[in-house]
Amino acid sequence: MVPFGGWDMPVQYAGVLAEHKAVRTAAGLFDISHMARISVGGADALAFLERLFTNSVAGMKSDQVRYGLVCNEAGGILDDILVYRWPYGFSVVVNASNRPKILAWFEQQRVGKKVDISDMTTETTMIAVQGPDAVKFCEGLFDVDVSTLKYYFAKPALYCRNPSIVSRTGYTGEDGIEAIVPNELGQSLWEELIGRGAIPCGLGARDTLRLEAAMPLYGHELSETINPIQAGLGWAVKFDKDFIGKAAIQTASPGTVRVGLELEGKRAAREGSPIILDGSPIGTVTSGSYAPWVEKSIAMGYVPAANSAVGTKLGIDLRGSVVPATVVPLPFYKRKK
Amino acid sequence: MDLDSLRYAKSHEWAAVADGVATVGITRFAVDQLTDVTYLELPKVGKAVKPGDEIGVIESVKSTSAIYSPVAGEVVAVNDSAVKDTGLINEDPYEKGWFVKVRLAPGATTDHLMSKAAYDTQIADEH
Repeated sequence: MVPFGGWDMPVQYAGVLAEHKAVRTAAGLFDISHMARISVGGADALAFLERLFTNSVAGMKSDQVRYGLVCNEAGGILDDILVYRWPYGFSVVVNASNRPKILAWFEQQRVGKKVDISDMTTETTMIAVQGPDAVKFCEGLFDVDVSTLKYYFAKPALYCRNPSIVSRTGYTGEDGIEAIVPNELGQSLWEELIGRGAIPCGLGARDTLRLEAAMPLYGHELSETINPIQAGLGWAVKFDKDFIGKAAIQTASPGTVRVGLELEGKRAAREGSPIILDGSPIGTVTSGSYAPWVEKSIAMGYVPAANSAVGTKLGIDLRGSVVPATVVPLPFYKRKK
Repeated sequence: MDLDSLRYAKSHEWAAVADGVATVGITRFAVDQLTDVTYLELPKVGKAVKPGDEIGVIESVKSTSAIYSPVAGEVVAVNDSAVKDTGLINEDPYEKGWFVKVRLAPGATTDHLMSKAAYDTQIADEH
């Protein structure tokens, strides 16, 4: 068990490599109850979220889920979040480590508006089932047909006659389902899914899976000193609407940008490893590991925009020895559809 | 391997001495902390070492750590099988997953290392 964003979480159950491979070939099971679940209601909820979220909220259909950023006035990323649109209001899922910060930001920004915020995190259990068999394993557990759920859509559902939520979302690069159930039913859902063949996975596999899928992790690729464009998340920023941070992001110089790097050999780059060009450091690794499925040493990091083209030959300083690395397209792994 | 007969370093290496040669590896506790090992780098045969010298690197999907020699002497063998198949270290850190054999320097001992009981106390504190 390790501390993570205020929670004690397992790094692994059977082993990171086996868990990683289970998600790529069958289905893995993750207790993601640490992810903060906040409901946002009231007459002004739509306008409120539209102003705080870089992606479009008004353009979302009912039951749709959308990824985007919450930025400060300077365009720095406060968090990356999911917004769920319901017929009656909204829910957002934010990173565990940013829960107090986002709650405080929401409280500050809602002043004078008809917006109700409630933190539902500790009342419910959130479980992710990820992998090619994930949907099959979830079939029949809920009163909705999960196989007809579209990617990045959610449905209120009943699990054991109790109100729950299922969504076709995830953080592994695989197809999958995330379910939110009342705490008293969390263990029952977990055990039912194990009975159907899902393999319990810890934080270790969650990290290597998201790295292969090139999904950024707050505190590593994302921070208050990085803007969404630098992070390669321009697709989740809509400049045809107003949002906090928009002006700063539009006028920012490119600076450094997020790249994917493939290292020669099996040695892994780590967060903080210097990225070298012609003997001088030009950037820093934000995440790196030996990637169990693509079987390569891969990393993400920030380098000047001028040195970020795919194919650029760089080096990574691993405790004094510089290992050759090449800028490669992201993601490192893309599932076959 | 009789774990009670081994000597242990603070940095989680174990040493087993027979006929003036110390076999060196890392403990089950260290392996469990690393999780699945993905890379192992060991010194060349012939390298002279003293206690605390860095003799290699071990990496897992989670972290990178240095390996330190627990003893003084000369490296006389390295475990190429463990370099090729790092799974051996997770599977069997005390037998198949050994790292190096060090011929002890004249007068060198393992007296500065810990007993199993002392090491167990250390890892209980680290947990």
